[in-house]
Amino acid sequence: MEPTTHAFPENARKALSDERLQKVLAIAPAGFVNRRKQAADRLPEFEALRDQGRDLKNHVLANLDTYLEAFESKVTEQGGHVHWCRTDQEARDAILGICRAANAKTVTKGKSMVSEEIGINDYLEANGLTPIETDLGEYIIQLRHEPPSHIIAPAFHLSKKDVEGTFRQAHTDLPPDRVLDDPKVLIAEARTVLRRKFQQADVGITGANLMIAETGSTVIVTNEGNGDLTQILPRVHVVIASIEKIVPTLEDAALVLRLLARSATGQEASAYTTFSTGPRRPGDLDGPEEFHVVLLDNGRSALLGTEFQEVLRCIRCGACMNHCPVYGAVGGHAYGWVYPGPIGSVIQPALLGVKEAGHLPNASTFCGRCEAVCPMRIPLPKMMRHWREKEFEEGLQPAAMRKGLGLWAWFARRPALYHAATRMAIRALGALGRGKGRFAALPLAQGWTKHRDMPAPEGKTFQQMWAEQKGKR
Amino acid sequence: MADTSSARAQILGGIRKALGSVEGSEDARKRLAVHPRNLVPARAQLQHADQVELFTRMATEVAATVERLPGLSDVPRAVAEYLAGLNLPAEIRVAPDADLDAIPWDQRPTLTVSKGRARDSDGASVTGAFAGVAETGSLMLLSGTERPTTLNFLPDTHIVVLKRSQVVGTMEDAWDRLRGLGVAGTMPRTVNFITGPSRTGDIEMRIELGAHGPRRLHILLVED
Ligand code: SF4
Repeated sequence: MEPTTHAFPENARKALSDERLQKVLAIAPAGFVNRRKQAADRLPEFEALRDQGRDLKNHVLANLDTYLEAFESKVTEQGGHVHWCRTDQEARDAILGICRAANAKTVTKGKSMVSEEIGINDYLEANGLTPIETDLGEYIIQLRHEPPSHIIAPAFHLSKKDVEGTFRQAHTDLPPDRVLDDPKVLIAEARTVLRRKFQQADVGITGANLMIAETGSTVIVTNEGNGDLTQILPRVHVVIASIEKIVPTLEDAALVLRLLARSATGQEASAYTTFSTGPRRPGDLDGPEEFHVVLLDNGRSALLGTEFQEVLRCIRCGACMNHCPVYGAVGGHAYGWVYPGPIGSVIQPALLGVKEAGHLPNASTFCGRCEAVCPMRIPLPKMMRHWREKEFEEGLQPAAMRKGLGLWAWFARRPALYHAATRMAIRALGALGRGKGRFAALPLAQGWTKHRDMPAPEGKTFQQMWAEQKGKR
Repeated sequence: MADTSSARAQILGGIRKALGSVEGSEDARKRLAVHPRNLVPARAQLQHADQVELFTRMATEVAATVERLPGLSDVPRAVAEYLAGLNLPAEIRVAPDADLDAIPWDQRPTLTVSKGRARDSDGASVTGAFAGVAETGSLMLLSGTERPTTLNFLPDTHIVVLKRSQVVGTMEDAWDRLRGLGVAGTMPRTVNFITGPSRTGDIEMRIELGAHGPRRLHILLVED
């Protein structure tokens, strides 16, 4: 997928005037926020577990070479294969090579952000294969040729009406008089169609939430069960995973899993947590005959030893975006590539370069909610500031910013975005049950006071649009 | 298969350079050997009877159903009544698991029983469990020659026989039991932790059961 991250300001403006999107954003993130809070409150040890999660991942990063080698030798010992890939292109070629060797035509896929990062679907398609996303949300957006708008709820920008329209267009054998106005019916329809695909598939590709050095296992955490059907029905199971997903032992996996489900969806545990180790064993009645792990670096190891090392602790739970006022105002697509929200603002510049993604670390209120909820305690705002410094050093910032208008100038000059963000921040803080005092201490307020008399460059139409929107609230 | 050894050397070399290490660390090797526990929440550190209660409560909370039975000989009746209560066909696909051999299926001649991996047409399956994790109400199921994984995912209705003694407090306890099997260092191909039936929130964030996997998960908790 071609990034449009450089166009973040335009993307954001469009998102703000997209009424349908704004309706979704007014509800959905708050749902995640509440569920996470309930789950966290229910576990008295939650904060202590976060400390341990942080320390564990720091230890892993400090010993990454040892753990990766141990993982590889375990996978090999059990009859699996590890493919080391420096770049997205190497990973695409490795996967295509495996598919070709298997004479594959149909490839089913579980949800994997790394597979989005390497753009595997387009590549397989261009090479004559048929990749099929099987996670319901991913399936829907694949049919619509859209990128995901959230890392754990890829289609959350769509209504059931949108989904109905998509299915009617794609599932041509659907009788026109079949009523499809209930999510239950839509889910049943997708299930029926995808069951056939699962049976046809020659290769199944999943991601990995974790890899375990001790056992050579990969772990997926899902709710639908599609990731499991993806890996047990075809003859070949390919796991695509980035190097920082490794943890040392099964006990360490237990620690991360306690943090992951709660932070992501507010569940105590996801419906399915599956540990996969090697191919099927002699005498097994099912399971894949081949097991491949495509291990992707793609710029991650270059972050070790830099001010961005800590971002490699990320477990991709999505909590930072659920709590982010900017994400809450503009949604995921505005970020222009695979990873939206605060985590995207920190890793997209690393993966795409500051020139492409430099807007993102600027589009921040520095309210600190992301760091406050990040299960791995990643100092996301600090890292966004580091990117701003880099951007400054490289002379990439627009002239106005280079004159030192302050940290929130970019943001404050966009009143609509600013107000939307402030509202979101208040809502998020309210939902978190924190006092108003904390909000008053946010740098945001000062930033706005300081720059409020600046001319708003967006022009009249945008302001009018905003006034109209306000009238509706 | 393409040779990725130069990529391997470069990735590991880059990591070592950044970390200033030469050949890995003793720390890491020790952690792998000792596999120490991290903080384990107090919630499930209970007497066994209370763990069984907690398991039942947590599993029920995630929309599984739990039925207690005095012994394995009650399983055929319970399965038949459960299916009948839902107006489902009296047909089950059963894991060819020696642990389930003691179940006297022939006491229920109206129940059609076949054994093997799941086929597309199977509506209901019966499998054994390796453990039940009280902390989260999760079932732990292992793959193996007698335990095909497809039974856990393809049928609409999944019925799991869990012996009372198989209930443990936490995932860590379950790992201890697995390590205790003595198959040192080798995991079964698939270890599933199953917490309630399949679900999705992908359409308008409304949680609906029965996405791709079973829409019903019925646990027969058997005294032993
Ligand atoms: S940065 Fe933290 S909160 Fe955001 S996705 Fe990663 S782990 Fe979750």
